[in-house]
Amino acid sequence: MANYSTNEFKGGLKVMLDGDPCNILENEFVKPGKGQAFNRVKLRNLITGRVWERTFKSGESLEGADVMDLDMEYLYTDGDMWHFMKTDGSFEQYAVDKKAIGDTEKWLKEQAVYTVTLWNDNAIAVSPPNFLELEVVETDPGLKGDTAQGGSKPATLSSGAVVRVPLFINQGEVLKVDTRTGEYVSRA
Amino acid sequence: MPIDWQPTADIETLRERARLLSEIRAFFAARDVLEVETPILGHGGSTDPHLDSLSLEATTPNGGERLWLQTSPEFHMKRLLAAGSGPIFQLARSFRDGEVGRRHNLEFTMLEWYRPGFALEALIEECEALIRHVLPADPGPLRRRRYRGLFRDVLGLDPFTTPLADLRQRAEQIGGLAMHDADRDGCLDLLMSLAIEPGLGQGGLDVVVDYPASQAALARKRLDAEDGVEVAARFEIYLHGLELANGYDELTDAAEQGERFADDNRQRQALGKPGVDIDRRLIAALEAGIPAGSGVALGVDRLIQLALGKASVAEVMAFAMPCC
Repeated sequence: MANYSTNEFKGGLKVMLDGDPCNILENEFVKPGKGQAFNRVKLRNLITGRVWERTFKSGESLEGADVMDLDMEYLYTDGDMWHFMKTDGSFEQYAVDKKAIGDTEKWLKEQAVYTVTLWNDNAIAVSPPNFLELEVVETDPGLKGDTAQGGSKPATLSSGAVVRVPLFINQGEVLKVDTRTGEYVSRA
Repeated sequence: MPIDWQPTADIETLRERARLLSEIRAFFAARDVLEVETPILGHGGSTDPHLDSLSLEATTPNGGERLWLQTSPEFHMKRLLAAGSGPIFQLARSFRDGEVGRRHNLEFTMLEWYRPGFALEALIEECEALIRHVLPADPGPLRRRRYRGLFRDVLGLDPFTTPLADLRQRAEQIGGLAMHDADRDGCLDLLMSLAIEPGLGQGGLDVVVDYPASQAALARKRLDAEDGVEVAARFEIYLHGLELANGYDELTDAAEQGERFADDNRQRQALGKPGVDIDRRLIAALEAGIPAGSGVALGVDRLIQLALGKASVAEVMAFAMPCC
């Protein structure tokens, strides 16, 4: 991969830092009076998800990281790995381990399309679509006639996620859920 | 991808910018300071180790030769002072390679003015008056902050006496980068940028004075009576964490100026940077004699940015990098 100097740093550039691929979030050029220049850089470590704040002497460079975000359809899990398939018609499959699946494990639904982040052609992260439609597999019985706002109760969805839902929701119903906040949106 | 041709400032902002520039001219007209225009190209460039000058090949009566784009209009303006111009100001396009960011643009407008016979204190007052003249609202009181006091208050260390190893350790800790080969000024610059500057100019104008002598650039050095250390007779004014102005009690000694240029080029070499041609005409002008006095350079784009409540200098420039 090419090397990138601090003056080429910009949001979205993928670089290697301390052996991990990182996504640059912000790059600020700082220079006191007549002194030496630095770049104050915010990066997200794509392996751990943590945000790092680092300072570089202006003109320093970092190696680029071979990172790609691809759309893939979720197929199945064999217990150890989760299997996804590219949506570009190639039918190419990728196996994703538990570390890379992370919190997305509770938002998995067969045939839904996820963003899989590849580093050197290995999956390192998976993010779910913003909204998913999932079936309620377990919740307390719905209260008849209670369609008013106010109360809520926990409901377990087919993917394993537990969300707060209104009291009138019944087992077997399909709900639209926001995966970013883990909140109920509506009946599907 | 469509070609991005639109200005980085909206037209209403450019109208406001023009109005503020005319306010600046009115301020100096009322004080009998002469507006001058000097070339942006010169045979000498800025040797400052931390400024990167741009240069170009030009065809002149001397044949093909290298000319330097100014990093500030200082050299030409000092030659006018030596020729007896009296007080002068200029709104000058200046160029510093590689400097692009929220508060920097490679090409920018510098307001620079010189006051023969003014002590640094008098120029600080005038600079404050100009800033108040341009800003639409009262920025709060002017506060004097000594460089040494700031480091003691904010970081609990003494910039003049703390051992280099300790400075490096603090710089590494605060910056998160390797500083084992950094010199004193490198460490102080980093700590100033990251730990001190963001807190300056909040709720008032902060004037930082008594810089280390090693950061004198083109300012006189003097022995500080209070601390007994050599300091640079310069000041910087900050507002909202932004450095607005950098003023000097100007060095008028030709021999010392020549030595500082040569020393700068030695430092540049040590940093692996190309040497810069020294401005021999400036040295000659200093030899002929320039009146003692003070001068200051103020980043006009930043001042306009603050006056108009914008988030970056690009928003007050017609075509900021990289849209030019």
